[in-house]
Amino acid sequence: MARSRQEPLGGAHQTETGDTDALPVSGFGHGLSLWSRAWDRLLRKRIAVGAMVILSILYLGGIFAPLLSPYDYNAQDFSTRNEAPSLAHPLGTDWLGRDQFTRVLWGLRTTVIITVTSVLSGALPLGLLIGTASGYFGGKFDNAVMRVGEIFLAFPGLLLVILLAATVKPRVVDMARALEDWGNFRGLVSSGFPDYLVVFGSLAAFAWVGMARLVRSQVLYLRQAQFVDSARAAGASTWRIMIVHILPNSLGPVIVSVSMGMGAAAGSEVVLSWLGIGIQPPNPSLGRMLYEYGSISILRQYPHLIIFPAAAVSILIFAWNLLGDALSDVFNPRTR
Amino acid sequence: MFTYIVKRLLWTPFLLLAVSFITFFLSLYGPGDPIQVLLGQHRDPDVVARIKAQRGLDRPFLEQYGRYIWNAVNGDLGESIKFRGQPVGELLASKVWTSAKLAVVALLIGLAVGIPLGILVANKQGTALDPLVVSISLFFSSLPVFITAPFLLLVFVIWLKLMPSAGWAGDMADPRLLLPALVMALPSISAIIRLMRASTLEVLGQEFVRAARAKGLTEMAVQSRHVARNALIPVITVVGLSLGTLVEGAFITETIFGIPGVGRLAVDSLFARDYPVIMAMTLLIAVSFVTANLLVDIAYAFLDPRIRYS
Repeated sequence: MARSRQEPLGGAHQTETGDTDALPVSGFGHGLSLWSRAWDRLLRKRIAVGAMVILSILYLGGIFAPLLSPYDYNAQDFSTRNEAPSLAHPLGTDWLGRDQFTRVLWGLRTTVIITVTSVLSGALPLGLLIGTASGYFGGKFDNAVMRVGEIFLAFPGLLLVILLAATVKPRVVDMARALEDWGNFRGLVSSGFPDYLVVFGSLAAFAWVGMARLVRSQVLYLRQAQFVDSARAAGASTWRIMIVHILPNSLGPVIVSVSMGMGAAAGSEVVLSWLGIGIQPPNPSLGRMLYEYGSISILRQYPHLIIFPAAAVSILIFAWNLLGDALSDVFNPRTR
Repeated sequence: MFTYIVKRLLWTPFLLLAVSFITFFLSLYGPGDPIQVLLGQHRDPDVVARIKAQRGLDRPFLEQYGRYIWNAVNGDLGESIKFRGQPVGELLASKVWTSAKLAVVALLIGLAVGIPLGILVANKQGTALDPLVVSISLFFSSLPVFITAPFLLLVFVIWLKLMPSAGWAGDMADPRLLLPALVMALPSISAIIRLMRASTLEVLGQEFVRAARAKGLTEMAVQSRHVARNALIPVITVVGLSLGTLVEGAFITETIFGIPGVGRLAVDSLFARDYPVIMAMTLLIAVSFVTANLLVDIAYAFLDPRIRYS
């Protein structure tokens, strides 16, 4: 296992820098792989480490929101409305007296779930699969994939996502209702599950294109590399060449684009909810909070309300962008 | 190169057809009936049937689509449903102008801030200023429009009381144009700084810059006449062509600031299921995206002789 991973990685290093002592042909890794070297370089960047620490805090906070939140996100208390931060309510309370800290935490949970599902389980595998196949096989298949990709790119992204979310959602809700009736799934619709599914689906449907094009261009370049030729000469099968030799080598830029894509997905989820077609109240979402607190009358009276959801969203996106920036330095041989 | 351009141009109509088909399909099979939105709760089945027949909404899907495309090619984009029969073409034309003004001001702000900062940072490479400016600009470009907008409103309108909150008088001299334009410019400022920085660094390493310094030109003259002028070429090309991406920022910005432009129209028509307008909007944006992409590809090929299209 370790052997098959290190072999192509040494190859990437060799093709990019012309460093000949890491020749991949033998298949025996020499000490550090490209991954551990990249990881070392990343850890030496203070900004990258900071971004990773912040991201872990935000993601852990979001995932464990049910355990961490001191209140119920929907518990209203009219005696404590629009309060400034205090010991009982560390981030204050909103216009229904709900605890802001709890709501921001649960809103983060929504955003965090959507970024992970739509990028890591949607765009990434789809883009990797389609991009690798398209670049490796070329010809008609490649042509078809690229043309379909162009159609997606010709759409204004946000408009397509809005259109998808607005038109597909009622059908998903219907299906969820039917599922509730058929099996014994109580509260599937009220849990907001269809909302999550629709937002995830429409983001993933759009995000695979960029990933596939990126992977394809990498594969096109790697396909002609010497270590692929030698693998072919050694009699490796197409699948082996694709999975063992080409795919791992194309991952550097992909990791950079995943990092940037996570920030973008977070932004899109918040936009959708901001527009009122994402996660529906009473399920807490940062986009909805920003919409409500961003109106001029609330801003005038309770400007403190908007600060925490805004901070949560911007820190999340900023941290992903910083990490992506650092990663692209790490993986780009020219900027070392 | 020539065959490449011809190929791309021949493919464009099919691309637009595909885009229009998907949009038409989604808006027709989506939930919510535009006639219901139009008539509100006082709808009468007879009236609904009459309006449907009048607008050809009772015909089969493909016939409706075919008719739409035929009319669109002949310059008739149909009539808005929400704005009671106003031709979509006219409706769009008035809004496009408003959005264009906003976009131009946003772009000018972006260039005016981004280019000098990019040059400055490139010349200070290796000092603390370089990473500082780059990361601050990255921070501002990470802020979504719906976060910067309320904060700018809070500071400039509520605390400093420098300008009225929102609205639109329709001319460039209106101070109310500045805030939304700034909101839209913020994301592009970072991109311009980084582009300008990279391209200035590349020019600074060239022989002719050393030659200009060697013949005793002042640093000002070297920077303005030799470095900036050459470094600007790729930046202007990319920025000029990325105007299309400003459209997305316009959706939210125009909605927040109450500006009657294309972005606001798009959001409004989506909620009103006013699909003749949605169709026209999507096509308009698709055309501009496709043209911009084509121009960028061609521009790159001319600027960078290493790129070959076959």
